[in-house]
Amino acid sequence: MSLIDLSAVSFAYGRGRNVLDGIDLKIEAGRNLGIVGESGSGKTTILRLLLGLARPTAGRMTFRGEGLDPGNRAVMRGFRRAVQAVFQDPYSSLDPRQKVFDIVAEPLRSLKIDMDIDDAVAGALASVDLPPDAARRYPHEFSGGQRQRIAIARAIVSRPELVLADEVVSALDLTTRIRIVDLLKTLSERTTLVLVSHDIGFVALLCHDLVILEKGRIVEQGAARDILSAPQHPYTRRLLDSTPRLMDFA
Amino acid sequence: MTDLLAIDDLTIRHAGRPLVAGVSFAIAPGERVGLIGESGSGKSLTALAAIGLLPEGMTASGSIRLAGRQLVGAADRDIVGLRGSVVATIFQEPLTALDPLMRIGNQIAEVVRRRARRDGQPVDVQAEVLALMARVALPEPRRLARAYPHEMSGGQRQRAAIAMALACKPRLLIADEPTTALDVTTQAEVLRLLEALVREDGMGLLFIGHDLPVVGAAVDRVLVLRGGELVEAGPVAEVFGRPRHPYTIGLVEAARTFDRAIGAAL
Repeated sequence: MSLIDLSAVSFAYGRGRNVLDGIDLKIEAGRNLGIVGESGSGKTTILRLLLGLARPTAGRMTFRGEGLDPGNRAVMRGFRRAVQAVFQDPYSSLDPRQKVFDIVAEPLRSLKIDMDIDDAVAGALASVDLPPDAARRYPHEFSGGQRQRIAIARAIVSRPELVLADEVVSALDLTTRIRIVDLLKTLSERTTLVLVSHDIGFVALLCHDLVILEKGRIVEQGAARDILSAPQHPYTRRLLDSTPRLMDFA
Repeated sequence: MTDLLAIDDLTIRHAGRPLVAGVSFAIAPGERVGLIGESGSGKSLTALAAIGLLPEGMTASGSIRLAGRQLVGAADRDIVGLRGSVVATIFQEPLTALDPLMRIGNQIAEVVRRRARRDGQPVDVQAEVLALMARVALPEPRRLARAYPHEMSGGQRQRAAIAMALACKPRLLIADEPTTALDVTTQAEVLRLLEALVREDGMGLLFIGHDLPVVGAAVDRVLVLRGGELVEAGPVAEVFGRPRHPYTIGLVEAARTFDRAIGAAL
């Protein structure tokens, strides 16, 4: 059974046109999924649906086979505990007035997860290769790459089954980017990743499956290897052709 | 031939601390040079110094000659005339360069009028605005000229910013991360456009960026800046193909990792 299943999902803001149209996708435990799209593709809206911040205006979303219905509190609680997120900008996603310990511990408190908080935070910081004393410091004392590690520690502290990552390396330098990719690769041995990004190269490094979105519709989906080696849709080909490669110059 | 821009032993200090140290390079007319660096490398500061616009509290020493005029130690009123006539700049976020309350056609027209006054030559402003918009491949110039910046896409705004830079008829174009805020497919289009325009007009280009293949697409020669110091310089194929400095080797290896992920054999 899929972890999360979207079936014929559409979404519109107010009475506007559909920003997502007939989306069918499955998130399977243990298979990292990359959702690739440019501005206006609807990737942020999919992310909001997956985070439970928005509900489909048509179609059906299930979590472990059960409908995600705000009235069904047991299912919703399970869903909230199963899914955590990391966002693009490590400067705005961390509360500047909280110490790193409290930032990382926040999901355990808000989701009322029965774990030893000190142990869990220390373990999460160690998993992202931050020193134990990081817990006593404030976000502004860290570089962009380190802040993204703090955000990742917060996302994994509650041992979620699924971590959603929204353009998590876009704001980082190339060398920092590679280190975060390595970290995410290690983490994905324990948790499933859904990466939302415009950067097909980044997504390809970590994902088994890809979904290519254009203007609110899925134009192509399947195994990453197949899509990269034989893209079927013209938009996928354009996306791949437009991605700058070093090999074109050396 | 005299260099358009000749920077010699440039050091930029803030509160006594050097942020850029001993940087030297030159750009001849028609030459396209890339300045590669990560955050904090001093690449944008070097560009600002080259147009005499260092932020308050920063001081430059060494020599910066722009079209033969020394900028280091010069008063702003003495160099303000160089901006536009010799050098024009486009930035990462075109919204910061555009007036949100003014229609895009009028913004380009303002630059055209200023240049006409400078050159003392009459010009059909309206016709030239439409020609510039067509040249940067903005669709339906007549209609779009009446649009405000917020009504345009990111790619269209950057094209408009490029049109304004071209309206100056500069001899040197400085582009600071001009495609970083754009979608991948738009980035590819804007890079092709920039490359063609610079070549057609024989402008010099200083292209600043952090993404190796993006910079490589726009220039012939690159400089690699790290922690305010130049660590490597040479033709694109040489620096990307046979990097010598450990830092450049690391950057090239990182870029190759992404290449491999999308299947360099495609």
